[in-house]
Parts: sequence; C-alpha cells; structure tokens
Amino acid sequence: MATDFSFPDAAAKAAALPKEFGPEKMSLSMGPSHPSTHGVLRIQFELDGETVTKADPVIGYLHRGDEKIAENMTYNQFVPYTDRLDYISPLANNMAYAIAVERLATLEVPARCQAIRVLTAEMARVSSHLMGLGAFGIDVGAWTVFMYCFEEREKLYKLFEELTGARFTTSYSRIGGLARDVPEGWIQRVDAFTDQFLPILDEVLALLSRNKIFLDRTVGVGIISRADAIAYGLSGPNLRGSGVANDLRKDRPYSGYEQYAFEVPVGAKGDCYDRYLCRGEEMKQSIGIIRQIVKNFPRGDWYAPDARKIFAPPKEKILTSMEELINNFMIVTEGPQMPVGEVYFEAENPKGALGFYIVSKGGGVPYRMKIRSPSFCNLSILPKLCVGNLVSDVVAILGSLDFVMGECDR
Amino acid sequence: MTTDVDLTTAVSQQFPSASPRASLDCPAFNILAAEVPAVLQYLRDVQGFDFLTDLTAIDWTAETSPRFTVIWHLYSSGQHRYVRVAADCTSAIEPVMPSVTGLWAGADWHERECYDMFGIIFTGHPDLRRILMWDGYPYFPLRKEFPLAGLPAALPDAEISAETGAGVIAAPMMGGPFVATPGQPMSAAEPRAKDEAWTEHSEKTV
Repeated sequence: MATDFSFPDAAAKAAALPKEFGPEKMSLSMGPSHPSTHGVLRIQFELDGETVTKADPVIGYLHRGDEKIAENMTYNQFVPYTDRLDYISPLANNMAYAIAVERLATLEVPARCQAIRVLTAEMARVSSHLMGLGAFGIDVGAWTVFMYCFEEREKLYKLFEELTGARFTTSYSRIGGLARDVPEGWIQRVDAFTDQFLPILDEVLALLSRNKIFLDRTVGVGIISRADAIAYGLSGPNLRGSGVANDLRKDRPYSGYEQYAFEVPVGAKGDCYDRYLCRGEEMKQSIGIIRQIVKNFPRGDWYAPDARKIFAPPKEKILTSMEELINNFMIVTEGPQMPVGEVYFEAENPKGALGFYIVSKGGGVPYRMKIRSPSFCNLSILPKLCVGNLVSDVVAILGSLDFVMGECDR
Repeated sequence: MTTDVDLTTAVSQQFPSASPRASLDCPAFNILAAEVPAVLQYLRDVQGFDFLTDLTAIDWTAETSPRFTVIWHLYSSGQHRYVRVAADCTSAIEPVMPSVTGLWAGADWHERECYDMFGIIFTGHPDLRRILMWDGYPYFPLRKEFPLAGLPAALPDAEISAETGAGVIAAPMMGGPFVATPGQPMSAAEPRAKDEAWTEHSEKTV
C-alpha cells in the first residue's frame, strides 16, 4: 500500500477556520527597564502574533518637575538643572537656556563667548550622535560600532572635563557669559581631536552603511512620511530624515551660526536608515564648524562686560571694589534682574529643537518656564509609527529615534 | 512672505476679537477660547505656520481672573518665524479649552501634558488622560498652590500601598538649595526657612 506523503497545510487550515477561532491578541509590556528603550520608557503593546496592532507609550518615570523647580529659583540657579534635561549633551542645553534668558534681558554676548558656546554645542552634538549611533548599533546587533563610538566619545568627555570640570553635568553657560574661559592649549587639543576623529568616523560609518544585516534591519523600516513628521512636530535628525530641511542653525541663526559654512543633510524616505545617515553626516558637518571656529578663534571678553546686575563681576574686582562686591552679592541672593515680558527661544540641539518659553514678571525668578523638549515630541509619533511593525523592528525604530527620557519627562 | 505687522493686521481683520499680546520677540495674539481652532487653522493653512512646536498654560494664581491662559507656539518652516497665540479659560474651577488634535496630531501629547499639569480639559481630545503623572494622581502639580515640596498621595498601586503602607511623601526642604519665591523676602528663600522639623519653638506640622 502506498504511503500518503501529503502534509496538511497548517496555515491554510487555520485561515479556513471560522472567525471565532481567529488569532487572539496578546498584550506585552516593554520597559520601563529594557535595554532598547534607552532609559525608562515603557510601551504597552497589543500584539497579533509578532505584529504590533496597538502601542501606548507610558512616560513620566523620570519626571522630576523641572518646570516647577524653575518657578522657584533664580535664573542662575536653574543652570545645573538644564544639564539633566538631555544628559547626553548638557553643553548644548546650557547654551539654549542661557540664550533664552539673554533674549529676555535683551543682552548680547561678545563674539568670543558666542564662539565658545557654538564650539561646545557642536562638540556636544558629536558626542550625542556618537552615543545615539553606538546604542542604535547595539539595538540591531552591531557591537563593534558601540565600542568605537564610546572610545571617541570618551576623548570628547576628556576635553569637556578639562573645560568645565565635569564630564556630564557641565553647567558651563551663565546668563551673559560662561563659567570660565577656555584653558591654555585647549583649543589646540580640540583641533587635534578633529584631525584624528574624521578617519575613525568614516571607519565606523563604513561598518554600518553597507552592512547587509544593518540594511535589512533599517531600510524601509519605521517610515515617517513628510506630512506625519510635520503634524507630530518632530525636529532634529528625525525630521530631516523625512526630507524636511529644517535646521534652526540655518533658518534662525543664533549665537553667530550665520558665520559658519555647513550643510543640512536630509533623508529621502524617512526610514530608520535615513535617520542614521543624517546623524552620520551631521557629525561631519559639526566637525567642519568646529574647525572653522578653531581657525578663527575670536579674542576679547568671554562674558558680557556691561551686564551689571546679571553677570557676576570678575573675582579680582569683587575682592577690591565695594560696589562690585555688593553687585555680586545681589546677583547671588536676588538673582539676575530681568524685565517683564515673554520670550520663546528654540535652539537646534542634537535631539531636535529644545525650546524655553519664559514668562517674567520682573525680578530674578521666572513666573513660568515651559521647556519644549524635542524627545517628548519625537516620541509622540510612536503610537502611529509602531503599528504594523514587528516587535523586533520596534527596537530598530526606538534606536533610530535617539531620544533621552530625562528630556522627555523633565 | 508677510511681515510681522502684516500678520497682525491680517489676523485682526479676519478675527475682530483677536487683540495683540505683549511680547518681547515674535508676534502674539490674545484670542477667544471659542475661536481657537478657527484661528489656528487660519494661521496654519493661510499664513503657513505648519508646525505646532509648543503648547502650554500659565496659572495666574487662584486670586486672578481669568486664572488659566493656554499658549500655543506655531512655527513656519517656510518663513522661519514663530507666532504665539494665547487664550484664557473662562472658568477657573473647571477650565475648558477646545482641542486642536484635529489640526496637528502632535497636539495629542501636549494637551495631555497640559491637562496633567494644570487640569485644563481639552474638549474634543480623543484620549485625555494623565501622561507624566500616573492615572489617579489627585493633584495638578504646576498649579501655583501646589507646593514645591509636593503633597502626600497614595501610590498608583493600591495593593502595594496596602501591603507596605508606603505612599508619596512631601520632599524634605531643609538643607536644600536657596528657593526664592517671587514677592517674598530673601530670608524666606534660605534653607532654614523651609525647616519642617519640630522643636520646642515650633509645633510639628503634620
């Protein structure tokens, strides 16, 4: 008797079953402590097999009430809190906050101060993108990239430490100036860093850009359309990856960005791979800006000398002049004196547009300060973006969005 | 591209109830709460302000009327400029504002945050629940009467609260930084002024 070798098709059989035997939805909680959620993001998924049918991000695990704190202390006291927003790039946050308050005080800082701020902000951008790239690499299975990125990032942190005294919590900007001038020989060391960094960056990007595994994980995954990117208020590389050439450094130059030549890279498709490419190119552009600053590093004051009642006078004057001593005392105890009014300032930070909306009733304490955080807006697209993707692709999407929960939750 | 002056005239022609708002930077308008969707749609579709960059509120304290002002910041990617739109909530007890989630999908989270922090109810919002604080949290932390130290509250999980007896407690302010309060003397900002410990001179507060 002949043996029957026909195997029943299980999938076809399941599809032919009546509706009430249809696939059951599963609920899955990812995070808040999960290696690919980069901090304390939690996403509540509803799954149909491996496919996401519904995603509900749960945020707020790192909410510290920064806006409430800001209403209860002087403008200078809040500077260290800005470090803890996007703690991957504190120097850029310091600068954004200082400029926002200076807009309120209608205060102009000298060219040297502006150049140092831009220099540090671009270094922060490189270090932030290195971190983002390394973590993205790990998310999709490329461990080597992470090691390379962290080595370079460590060199930047050495420079930050030398400049500010701290690796992460730099608190470098002041209202109307900086905490201190650059140390002797530091600019040359920054220059030396850029020289050795570019070949390594090319090497790191070459590990990913044509890597078959990386391409399979990222190309065509997590596509954000141009219209969606605008509707959700995305900013930074996530917006530019979708082909919208918005860069506040070009569009509304602040702190002397108009003097520097740089390109704004944009993506074509808006998938994870485009966002990766944008970040890679942005690092090169940032190095270009750093080199331009190093070449023509301005001399002169590094703080606004006429900012009485806002920027503390130099130490030697405090110790020799009674008026300056009183002035310093008043700045410390009462805070820098601000006019009445409202300002809104956004800076192009590594993660996107970081905005400060300050409502002042005069005096040294803001009446209300709203922090518009790019990570918050960038994550708000998740409920739409995750749906229809596999769970493993969500990991790639999260890595490509490059968010920081400290900033999202404030 | 229209100038800021043109924008001001255009908006006040289109919406007679809109009035210019004092601002140190971008053009700003005060509008009526009922006209919010119409004005924002006009700014988006006719004036080219395609981005809703920020949405927030201001609490002018319980003694002030109107108490809450909601603020929208729009950005035009074509003209590279901002506009600020403000509308007062008519009621201080139950502040209500029309939702603009129909215009920008990104308004969803912004309005949830605004509800979470101020208790402003956005009518027409598809899913208005807390976002930064947990569901069931009893206070609105950015209201001015909410103290910096926080207020005692129950934990989100009733089972854990019952099991451990733990709860949210107010943060100890003694030994902390100077915390300035507008209108108060600087002596009130000193850490020792925040002392909540009890001695023979002062009663235990709780």
